[in-house]
Amino acid sequence: MGSNSLHVLKGINFSCESGELVAIMGSSGSGKSTLLNILGMLDEADSGEYTLDSVPIKNLTETKAAQYRNKFLGFVFQSFNLINYKSAMENVALPLYYQRVPRKERQEKAIEYLDRVGLKEWATHLPSELSGGQKQRVAIARAMAAEPKVLLADEPTGALDSKTSYEVMDLIQKINDEGNTILVVTHEPDIAEMCKRVIHLKDGVIVEDKKVEQVRAAQYVQ
Amino acid sequence: MFNRDRWKEILEVLTSNWFRTLLTAFGVFWGILILIILLSAGKGLENGIKQDFNGVATNTMFMWTQSTTMAYQGLPEGRSFNFKLEDVDLIRQKVPELKIISPRNSLRSASGVDNVIYGTESGSYRIFGDYPEIIMQNPMYVAKGRFINHNDIKEKRKVVVIGDGIRKDLYEDDEEVLGTYLKISGVNFMVVGTYKEKTSNGGNQDSERQIYAPFTSFSQAFNRADNVGWMALTAKDGKSISTLTDKIISTVKQSRKVHPDDERAIGFFDLFKQYNRVETLFSAMRWIAIIVGTLVLISGVIGISNIMLIVVKERTKEIGIRRALGENPWSIKKQILMESIFLTIISGMMGIIIGSLFIYGINTLLDSVGPVDMFMNPSVGIGVVTLALVILIVSGLLAGFIPAQSAIKVRPIDALRTE
Repeated sequence: MGSNSLHVLKGINFSCESGELVAIMGSSGSGKSTLLNILGMLDEADSGEYTLDSVPIKNLTETKAAQYRNKFLGFVFQSFNLINYKSAMENVALPLYYQRVPRKERQEKAIEYLDRVGLKEWATHLPSELSGGQKQRVAIARAMAAEPKVLLADEPTGALDSKTSYEVMDLIQKINDEGNTILVVTHEPDIAEMCKRVIHLKDGVIVEDKKVEQVRAAQYVQ
Repeated sequence: MFNRDRWKEILEVLTSNWFRTLLTAFGVFWGILILIILLSAGKGLENGIKQDFNGVATNTMFMWTQSTTMAYQGLPEGRSFNFKLEDVDLIRQKVPELKIISPRNSLRSASGVDNVIYGTESGSYRIFGDYPEIIMQNPMYVAKGRFINHNDIKEKRKVVVIGDGIRKDLYEDDEEVLGTYLKISGVNFMVVGTYKEKTSNGGNQDSERQIYAPFTSFSQAFNRADNVGWMALTAKDGKSISTLTDKIISTVKQSRKVHPDDERAIGFFDLFKQYNRVETLFSAMRWIAIIVGTLVLISGVIGISNIMLIVVKERTKEIGIRRALGENPWSIKKQILMESIFLTIISGMMGIIIGSLFIYGINTLLDSVGPVDMFMNPSVGIGVVTLALVILIVSGLLAGFIPAQSAIKVRPIDALRTE
C-alpha cells in the first residue's frame, strides 16, 4: 500500500479448464496467496488479463466485484472465517441471502448443503461449538451453497491435523468429482498430491505445471 | 428496510454487549430528556406570565392627556386639557385600522370615604363610564344579568354592572343582585349585571371591585360634559397598534390644538409593545433551551458515532468475510447506518417518554399544591416532539455515516487479514 510497489507476481500465465482440481504450491512469499486473491477478485492485478468463464475481469467497482464473487466464486479459508454469532445454517445461507433468495428456500438449501458435508444435525450450532474439521466443512458448504463456477481454497487444511485434513480433502475431491472446478493453495506436498494438477510457484513465476496421478484421500479416512 | 434478517442482525449486534449499548444510548437519552425538560420549563414560565395577559386585547394602546409643554396657536404652555367626544369620531375617521375605540371616564372616592351605598352596607370603589365594547378589551365576562349596551348609552339609563367582589362585599350570599339600586356619589343606579375576571389567579381581587356605568349617563350624572378621561384603542386583527400610535396621537394633537412637537402633552401606553417584549423574551428563552438541549444531544450522538466506529473495527474481519461472500458494499453501509439510527431512535424515544412522564409528574404536583406564581402547565408541543424525532433520525444517520464509510473503505483482502 506504500508508494513503493513490490512485484510479487512476475508473469504468470496459465489457464484452467472446467472440472479441474488444481493445487498451487510454493513456499511462503512465493506469491501463491496473491494469485489466489487476484483470482478471487479480492485483489486486482496491476497489469495483465484475467478472464473467468469468458467474462473479462477488469476495473471492477466494489459493487460489481461483490456481485461476481457472489455469482462465480466460493471461498474456503485457512482460518475458516465463519461468522461466529450465526449458526452453521445461517452461515451457509449467507451467500444465498446476498443473492436475495427467499428465506424459506435459503434455509432448505443450507440444510441440504450441510447434509452433503455430513453436518445436518449441527445446523443450529454456533461455530464455537464445532471442531476445526467441522468448521471447515461448514465453510465448504457455505462456499458451495451459491453454486459457484470456481471454488478457491486458501490453505484449507492449514489449521487442521492430518486426519481431519484428509477428511476435508476427501470432501473436496468428492465435490470435484461432481464436476466443480477447484483451486487449492497449499504448501503441503501430500495435500497437493490429492489434486489432479500441481502448479509450483517460486518468487512470483511458475516453475512447474504438471498433471499428477490423484491420490484418493478416502483411503486414509476410516 | 423491513427485512427480518437485517433486523435480527441489528438486534444481535446491539445486544452482544448490553452494557456498552446502554451507556451509549444513555448519551442520546440524556440529551433529549434535557431538551424536553428545558423546553417545557420555558413553556411553563411563559404560560405563567401570559396568564396575566389572558383575555386582554393585547393589540391595544391607552392614551390620556397631560399638560402641554409648548405654547401653540396663542395658547400658553402648561395648559391642562381634555379629550372630547368629538375626538373619538375624528380618530375613527382618520385611522380606519382601529377596531375598537373606547373613550373612558372614571370616578374614585376621596381616600377612605365610601362612595357606594347599598342599604346599610357601603364601600369605596372605582366607577367607570364606558361604552359596551370595553368588555372586549378587558379580561372579564358577565357572570349574571347583562353588560351595558348601546340602548343604555343612547337613553342615558342609570344602570351599572358591578364586579363580583362588590356583590360579596355589599350583598348577602343568597340575595338577588339584579334590579337593586346602588347610591353612587349620591346618584341612584340600578344593577343590571355582575362580571367576573377571566383570570382567576389571586392577587387581582381589586379588579373584581369596580363598577361599569354607561358612558353617557356617567357623564351626565357626574358633570363630565363631553370630556373624555382617556381612551383604550384596539387595532383590527392583523394590524399592529404600535404602527398606528403616531397617526392617532397627531390626530388628537391637531384637534386639541397641541404643538405637533410637544411630546409630553399626551401620554400613552402601548400594551402591544409590552406584550411583544415578553414574547421576545420567551422566544429567546426557547432558543436557549433548544441550543443547550441540542448541544447535549450532539455529545450523545458523538458517543453513538464513537461506539459505531469501535463496532465496525471489531467487525472488520466479519465485514471482510461478508464481502468475500458477495455482499455488496451498500448493503454493509446500510446495515451500519440502520444500527446507528435504530440505537438513536430507541434511546431518543426513551428520553421523550421519560421527559413526558416527568412533565406529567410536575403538572400533577402543581395541581395538588395549587397555583404557583409565574409558573403554570409546563408542556411541550407535539411539533417539538416531532422535530426532536426528525433531529434524532438525522443525527442517527450522521452518527452512522463515518463508521459506515470506514467499514467499506477497508478492502476485503485487508479486512480478511485482520486477526
